[in-house]
Amino acid sequence: MIEGFVALYIFMLAAFTGYEVISKVPVILHTPLMSGSNFVHGIVLVGTMVALGHAETGMQQLVGFVAVILAAGNAVGGYVVTERMLEMFKSSKGNQ
Amino acid sequence: MSFIINLAYFAAAVLFIVGLKQMASPVTARRGIVWAGWGMVLATVVTFLHPEVVGFVNYLLILLGIGIGGGVAWYTGKRVAMTDMPQMIALYNGMGGGAAAGIGIVALMQADTLAWTTQFIAVLGIIIGSVAFSGSLVAFAKLQGLLKKSIRFDRQQKINLGVLGGTLLLGLIIAFSGSQVNGTLLLLFVLLALAFGVLMTIPIGGADMPVIISLYNALTGLAVGFKGLVLDNAALMIAGVVVGSAGTLLTQLMAKAMNRPLSNVLFSQFGETATEEQGEVTGTLKPIESSDAGIMMAYANKVIIVPGYGMAVAQAQHKIWELTQRLQERGVDVKFAIHPVAGRMPGHMNVLLAEAGVPYDLIYDLDEINTEFKTADVAVVIGANDVVNPVARSNPESPIYGMPILNVDEAKNVIVIKRGKGAGFSGVENHLFYADNTRMLYGDGQKVAGELVAAVKELG
Repeated sequence: MIEGFVALYIFMLAAFTGYEVISKVPVILHTPLMSGSNFVHGIVLVGTMVALGHAETGMQQLVGFVAVILAAGNAVGGYVVTERMLEMFKSSKGNQ
Repeated sequence: MSFIINLAYFAAAVLFIVGLKQMASPVTARRGIVWAGWGMVLATVVTFLHPEVVGFVNYLLILLGIGIGGGVAWYTGKRVAMTDMPQMIALYNGMGGGAAAGIGIVALMQADTLAWTTQFIAVLGIIIGSVAFSGSLVAFAKLQGLLKKSIRFDRQQKINLGVLGGTLLLGLIIAFSGSQVNGTLLLLFVLLALAFGVLMTIPIGGADMPVIISLYNALTGLAVGFKGLVLDNAALMIAGVVVGSAGTLLTQLMAKAMNRPLSNVLFSQFGETATEEQGEVTGTLKPIESSDAGIMMAYANKVIIVPGYGMAVAQAQHKIWELTQRLQERGVDVKFAIHPVAGRMPGHMNVLLAEAGVPYDLIYDLDEINTEFKTADVAVVIGANDVVNPVARSNPESPIYGMPILNVDEAKNVIVIKRGKGAGFSGVENHLFYADNTRMLYGDGQKVAGELVAAVKELG
């Protein structure tokens, strides 16, 4: 569906987007932001679901199953720790 | 159906990008992660309707896998202490890398349906994912204290290059072997890639680990992007590549904040060897009692607190925040100065202070506050050492020369809270401690902070 050059364009635009989005991040957010971007690549879960979803042999199912476990760990763990960190950031003026 | 799925993936991609954008500012950061979270839920749920997901057993395995992986991660993520956050991120990141590699392996096992370009990209994704996986596990083991020493041996770089070369060669053979991917070859290839991740990470010192974790984070993103290509999935491509480039930028920012070019981190041997040449230290260590230090702060106009990782280890941040509040009640202007390498990684100290309830607008980083030390009556250094050592400015012989430091020595009075005498992480003697305007307050961070609170309270 996604032909060669279209894929290349997507890659290029996504790369610039990622760069722009965090280009002005203050040092105080480095750790949470790293954690947050770690969560975002947890989208790999969707890929592992598809991979396991059309697995045909037992071996493929095994690899796919392990991949789903790992990916779910990435997504859920990444969310939980990022949320815990960001929840604590409060301004002294009381507005969040 | 395919329209709904694609629409959901599109929405998820938008939510991820907007979420990341919001996470780049402390005011909106919390909202950002929640938005990205909804994107993830949406994408995951809709994937159950994906036309390529077939078979009852496979559905069951998917649900079971999400249950196990998600459950364990939820439990550990909720319980992990804030001081251990860096290695936890490394662990979750490694899992993502492993998952990306897994997708590639399954795809190659079904290689009869792939074009050679796709097969090539699958191979690339496996290499990057595997390296991120095993490398992150080593980083986790190091920061968790399971692996204490940096392992170095003769001709290490050559051996590493050899392993990398072997991995690439096998990868190329697999990529161009059409639908006849040999199972044994594939296994060997994955094992070699994993070995390279381990070999590449074991010689790197603990202090440089944050940069490495960030690098692996970017690599995992890239691997996920490649898997998006293999699976024809735009959501994976966009989210993966956005993280790949954002992670690369973040890695550069961190390396810069720590004054350690990335190439140095990867290929040099700093961090373990302290040189003997340190120059003469003049002056004496002058101790002070908590009560006197408390009075000094209470009657100051402006106090700057410089916390280091030692403060977090002593669990003193709550007492320090209480002290701050007492001082503020007396009209003292209190600010926190954070060095980029305070804590285990850039920004880690901010998280630890936030946990204690310190508002982020009292916290300043190096560039913002360094000119203010001149106007401070008291600078309090607690659990920090190398990052306030003026030698980094003055003595080119010193191993920490050139590292940006907080100019604490410019304050009228300096109080250093320290457990005992001794040099810092780098093994360099700290000239600040011997300066005329410095007083040493010895003791456990938490206990001393408690005594300071009591001293300030007594003044009414």
